[in-house]
Amino acid sequence: MSPRDLQLELTSDPSELARVRELLGDWCQADGWDEQRRADIVLALDEALTNVIRHGYEGRPGQRIDVTVQHVRDAVRGEGLEITVRDYGRQVPIQSICGRDLRDLQPGGLGVHIIHGVMDSAEYTHAPGGGMRLVMRKYRGGAAGRPARPEPE
Amino acid sequence: MSDGRHNLDIAVSHDADGTAVIRLDGEIDLRTSPMLHERLIELAAQRPPRFLLELTQVSYMDSSGVGTIVDFKRRLERYGGRLVLVGPQPRVRGVLEITRLDRFFTITATIDEARQR
Repeated sequence: MSPRDLQLELTSDPSELARVRELLGDWCQADGWDEQRRADIVLALDEALTNVIRHGYEGRPGQRIDVTVQHVRDAVRGEGLEITVRDYGRQVPIQSICGRDLRDLQPGGLGVHIIHGVMDSAEYTHAPGGGMRLVMRKYRGGAAGRPARPEPE
Repeated sequence: MSDGRHNLDIAVSHDADGTAVIRLDGEIDLRTSPMLHERLIELAAQRPPRFLLELTQVSYMDSSGVGTIVDFKRRLERYGGRLVLVGPQPRVRGVLEITRLDRFFTITATIDEARQR
């Protein structure tokens, strides 16, 4: 039997991350996701939370982050899960949220690129009343995470 | 909120030829990467000719870990130092591949192979 949808109220503390990874990994396992896709999903949420802590709250601890994980069904892509990450921090222009140019060997901006690499979809919007909302989906029939091709030269 | 089980241990030794061997054990994320970054900066300041960064016991790494290692490599390159990544587990290697940074690193399966490089 599938586990019930998950609702987490977290704070913007890096020490939360390991616990959340473990919790989501267990939930995905109970929901029948294979090891590769479980790892993809857990990585995507970790990266999303890391971005909120770093950029949304600019490193301020103790700020609220809401996470929901729920089952979805798409007419074309079939069954999957949807993770929503909502913060109450700084709103940034949507067009500024993009993976960095991978030809440029610099740290930073990698998280969004990883999220797009391991999930089937990811969309940022401004949340009503302030903050950002990220909705990510992964379908059971979608590809497991691997580098997008073709590679830039 | 930490349960204390998710940490990163860093052990450093030196080969006779001056190569610094750094063994990491644990998880590299936003919580542990600042401490790792600080330690790597200290070690880079000693300017050994080569670093072997052993990742065999690293069970998890996210973009904060990748960023830390990229920054470390850039610091070494400024004085001509070299970096070899040793034995990343498939998921850790996968993160490097997703970010297409695997091509910028020398990666070996074992520490012995790394010493031959």
